[in-house]
Amino acid sequence: MYRILEKRKLNPTVTLMKIEAPAVAKKAEPGQFIILRTDADGERIPLTIADYDRAAGSVTIIFQIVGATTEKLGHMETGDCLCDFVGPLGRATETEGLRKVAVVGGGVGCAIAYPVAKKLFEQGAEVHAVVGFRTKELVILEDEFAAASHRLVKMSDDGSWGEKGLVTDALRGLIESGEVYDEVITIGPLPMMKFVCKLTREYGIKTVASMNPIMIDGTGMCGGCRLTVGGETKFACVDGPEFDGHLIDFDEAIARSSMYKPFERAAHEATCNLFSKEVK
Amino acid sequence: MPNLSPKKNSMPSQDPKLRARNFDEVALGYTAEMAVEEADRCLNCKKQLCVEGCPVGISIPSFIQKVKVGEFEEAYRIISEASSLPAVCGRVCPQESQCEGRCVRGIKGEPVGIGRLERFVADYHNAIAPEAPQKPVSNGRRVAVVGSGPAGLTCAGDLAKRGYDVTVFEALHTAGGVLVYGIPEFRLPKAIVAKEIDTLKALGVRVEVNTVVGKTVSVHELMKEEGFEAVFIGTGAGLPRFMKIPGENLKGVYSANEFLTRVNLMKAYRKDSATPIQHARRVVVVGGGNVAMDAARSALRLGADQVYIVYRRSLDELPAIR
Ligand SMILES: Cc1cc2nc3c(=O)[nH]c(=O)nc-3n(C[C@H](O)[C@H](O)[C@H](O)COP(=O)(O)OP(=O)(O)OC[C@H]3O[C@@H](n4cnc5c(N)ncnc54)[C@H](O)[C@@H]3O)c2cc1C
Ligand code: SF4
Ligand code: FES
Repeated sequence: MYRILEKRKLNPTVTLMKIEAPAVAKKAEPGQFIILRTDADGERIPLTIADYDRAAGSVTIIFQIVGATTEKLGHMETGDCLCDFVGPLGRATETEGLRKVAVVGGGVGCAIAYPVAKKLFEQGAEVHAVVGFRTKELVILEDEFAAASHRLVKMSDDGSWGEKGLVTDALRGLIESGEVYDEVITIGPLPMMKFVCKLTREYGIKTVASMNPIMIDGTGMCGGCRLTVGGETKFACVDGPEFDGHLIDFDEAIARSSMYKPFERAAHEATCNLFSKEVK
Repeated sequence: MPNLSPKKNSMPSQDPKLRARNFDEVALGYTAEMAVEEADRCLNCKKQLCVEGCPVGISIPSFIQKVKVGEFEEAYRIISEASSLPAVCGRVCPQESQCEGRCVRGIKGEPVGIGRLERFVADYHNAIAPEAPQKPVSNGRRVAVVGSGPAGLTCAGDLAKRGYDVTVFEALHTAGGVLVYGIPEFRLPKAIVAKEIDTLKALGVRVEVNTVVGKTVSVHELMKEEGFEAVFIGTGAGLPRFMKIPGENLKGVYSANEFLTRVNLMKAYRKDSATPIQHARRVVVVGGGNVAMDAARSALRLGADQVYIVYRRSLDELPAIR
């Protein structure tokens, strides 16, 4: 069993948990992910490894409540146990040899961007973090990003935090002002990553995007997580989750990600109703 | 005088109209009388062609002779000398190309229903399942088995019976491999797979789920740090291959593995399942093998009005078992 060692709400819909999983902690690297089930009837959901502590045997996950499983997870407390927790899955971020990098995160994607920024920072690379949220209330990991970057650019859609605008505006500003990056690493909603990649292609800057398609097994067995990269079919769970952003077919990925939207909405509502009944 | 009927004693099954809409097992199994009657068809040949056809060499005529005289537990004992998964094999082994394919009774008429008899014997045993089998005396040697499909489980069972201390490592959250994620409930109820695995556990086999060997732990670590003297790798070969057909990544296109995993492992056929699946009205299955049939039959049971099987060659060349 995988015990919840710590639980912390980062904003109204995003929660951080430290999970006791020594075998996973021992091998985890930034960029990799885990798959968990809350209970024996639960769905398998992938979540990025946001941090890990090999000595303590713990793995940190950060999740946004979007569907039934994350809703259920959000109701679990310190001391409770998850039924299943497997990993580390996927390939680690390749950070070797990078000297100057822009890490561009959006929304809960920042939870995935943070460990990458931290690793680069610790390796001595110059890290510029460009992070964006819809509004101030949704901001997560501000202090962590500040500590793991040489330059932090804060953006919000409504101007309530940092500057008003999109992360692409900020990134363009940096590039236009003369910053020269070896690589841009982007993690966030699919449309955001699509436009970040479009922008960096104009400037010919190598860009890596972290993809989070629907998964089941996470071991390369089902092909449900497939996407097209440079005309080839790739499995995000074993070939990724990071790919060359200039080669990803984002429109296909966006279409595939909506496969179960109606189901998810209904299941989430049903779970919420269940929990609100329990509260009454 | 043996039973000279040219036909196998038929096995009761669910009404086709009903079964096309539910996930309960199609075949219902022999009663004891039916099993004895079918066992009576075996000629107890000197040259045992059926055994030659069996990949694990079960003493087929010996166990059938025991069924004939109603000694079902003794029949079970004989089968389990060679097989670790009789209730599974009795249901899903391709008998028509193995034991039954070679049976002399098959030259004129139908072969002896060896699979049906194996299934009967295993189910009989599991239903009365006296106590769990005795744990063999340990020889203190540790073996790791990677993957808990039929290959891994068979290896684990055979070694455990010889006294080895076996640990099976499985990537998924449930042991069984294709038996739990691929083959549908209506052909192989998952409770039966679980029961066979419990029998292995009683023999001392440990099962560690949620462990991807190569990611969570390496083979090197198993051998150098965790004290395993040997490692058996039974990770299967069933990875989907996509063919670059235009549109194959569109929403609503599944590989058989994904579709069947959602349905079987994640129980998406149940109304209350946490795992979603497309409940399509019209479904096309591309391919004509057994996996295609499992997918087509599952789609029908999920409520499709029309299911088409599209196959590139003629009906006669269709590889699925009829
Ligand atoms: C839908 C379907 C129906 C079928 N029907 C029949 C049938 O009726 N009769 C028949 O004879 N055959 C049938 N087959 C074929 C049969 O299932 C295979 O021959 C059989 O499963 C192979 O067994 P295996 O143990 O080698 O592999 P698998 O059953 O594939 O088991 C491998 C296991 O290893 C695990 N694994 C993989 N990599 C790792 C790793 N690195 N670390 C830990 N664990 C790992 C996997 O999760 C899996 O559980 C069918 C196949 C399918 C897909
Ligand atoms: S070949 Fe057929 S008839 Fe002969 S022993 Fe085997 S099962 Fe019996
Ligand atoms: S999640 Fe099944 S192959 Fe990637």
